[in-house]
Amino acid sequence: MELINKWPEYHKKDVVSHYCPGCGHGIVHRIVAELLEEMDLGKKAYLVCPAGCAVLAYNYFDFDVIESAHGRGTAIATGAKRANPNLFVISYQGDGDLSAIGTAETIHSANRGENICVIFINNAVYGMTGGQMAPTSLVGQSTMTSPAGRNPEVDGYPLHITDVVAQFPGVVYAERVSVSSPAGVKKTKKAIRNAFETQQEGLGYSIVEILSPCPTNWKMDPVKACKWIDEEMVKEYKPGLLTDKREEKRKEKG
Amino acid sequence: MDKVFISGNHCIAEAAIRAGCRCYFGYPITPQNELGEYMAANMRKNGGIFLQSESETAAINMVIGAASTGARVMTSSSSPGVSLKQEGLSFLAGFEFPAVIVNMMRGGPGLGNIAPAQGDYFQSTRGGGHGDYRTPVLAPASVQELADLTVKAFDLADKYRTPILLMGDGMMGQMKEPVLFPEPVTDLPAKPWALKGRGDGPSRYQASLILDGLAMERHNWKLVRKYKEMAEQETLFELYMMDDADFAVVAYGTTARIAKGAIKRARKDGLKVGLIRPITLFPFPDKILQKVAQQIKNFLVFEMSTGQMVEDVRLALENERVVIDFHGRPGGIIPTPIEFSRVIHRYYRRM
Repeated sequence: MELINKWPEYHKKDVVSHYCPGCGHGIVHRIVAELLEEMDLGKKAYLVCPAGCAVLAYNYFDFDVIESAHGRGTAIATGAKRANPNLFVISYQGDGDLSAIGTAETIHSANRGENICVIFINNAVYGMTGGQMAPTSLVGQSTMTSPAGRNPEVDGYPLHITDVVAQFPGVVYAERVSVSSPAGVKKTKKAIRNAFETQQEGLGYSIVEILSPCPTNWKMDPVKACKWIDEEMVKEYKPGLLTDKREEKRKEKG
Repeated sequence: MDKVFISGNHCIAEAAIRAGCRCYFGYPITPQNELGEYMAANMRKNGGIFLQSESETAAINMVIGAASTGARVMTSSSSPGVSLKQEGLSFLAGFEFPAVIVNMMRGGPGLGNIAPAQGDYFQSTRGGGHGDYRTPVLAPASVQELADLTVKAFDLADKYRTPILLMGDGMMGQMKEPVLFPEPVTDLPAKPWALKGRGDGPSRYQASLILDGLAMERHNWKLVRKYKEMAEQETLFELYMMDDADFAVVAYGTTARIAKGAIKRARKDGLKVGLIRPITLFPFPDKILQKVAQQIKNFLVFEMSTGQMVEDVRLALENERVVIDFHGRPGGIIPTPIEFSRVIHRYYRRM
């Protein structure tokens, strides 16, 4: 009998997760590790983990990892990829990291079309610091710093940064997915595979935005958190392909 | 190779390329723009990396990325831009990554002006960013020395796994002098710690996050031991006309050059004045000051600031019975040798 569900080579064994029950990070970590193995990229992988809950991602990933100051992931990724183009470079970032403090780095690395993959965990809240309002928090969403709900008049509106960068000529692949259901997990894996292929072929920048549950800071149980993504978050952040310029880039490259 | 007549900013760039620097990330700011421009013209055509970043903050983080892979990497800026780089400097120190950061200082605080000044001494020698670390600082006083110390900065950075600051000012950057460049470095040191992908070996990670308090404390003391070793092995200074001196001027960089002119004048008037010029500002050459203080009891510190290095002179001589005076011209004013020689006369007479 063939063993079909084995432990991914690039995910450490015998480690206890520090992520909360129902958190999306663990799912995405597993997908990244599986794909690096399936696509034979793990030996040259270099992942930048963010300041945030995933700062400890090197406790789980069994390939080379560096940590970044808050928001600077794609600048570090740029420096590493430029210095050593043989590396397979991934920047793993959250919503506050990527679309608040690191907005400039995000916009400009995307606009330069850096040949890197960005994995963007959007859980509409600051996780590690204890549930403050994020740029991606929904209108009306109650957080520690918007206790009465996000009020656009004073707090502004949810920021759709993936939609913004998807318009850039250098951004070759951008998709929004969710890990709130088994079907969503499958789609997420497919989207990240496409993103990885984009870098593997040297086509340019790719970003996958993943709507991901944060039951602790949403003050919900894991099941309800997934339901909240499917019923509320997707209204603001519609899953789907935002750009796929791979064919035209392949033609450009000949 | 023949001597080349070259400006300070161009000289640093050329020396860096010869030192094996293959990555440069920077953002325009006066008075050091010519450095990035030289890199733009010469890096890419030699297969190196030149990237004009979106900010100083991004540039220093690109430096972190490149340094983590083992590359020799440089960024440059001037005072306000170097403030923005402090986050990255703290991380470089925490990660223990080698990198060379150039600061061609200008007047401040705030935007200040674009004239030469030495107001960033505290920021440079005390660490600058957050946390318990220091940044070793080299302060050249001629274009030739800019070339020599640029190469040395890369060597020190690699040897001690630390960011190194090369600190000049607007005058150092703009001034042209003949320079004899060193031959290009061909053998670069191995960096077994660099992230190159795990290959067939075990995976590695680089982090400055050390949640365990005792481990963080150990890391802090490890950095201190490194700085102590540098103080013993790498402290640099120049003594000028000190053999028979009974009065010592202390100055670095541009100010030291002007002080030399002033000392020549004072010597013509019969004043036995000499100069101690710190070349490494951190580690500070306190031992030579203490040695000199056995014979000389009067010290006069010149700076193009309101008085920053003078505090290190006081710390170095805290157990000596000496008089330490200070004369400063902040704000981008470049003093003249005549002005300094008058000041020397004034304090010399009081001695």
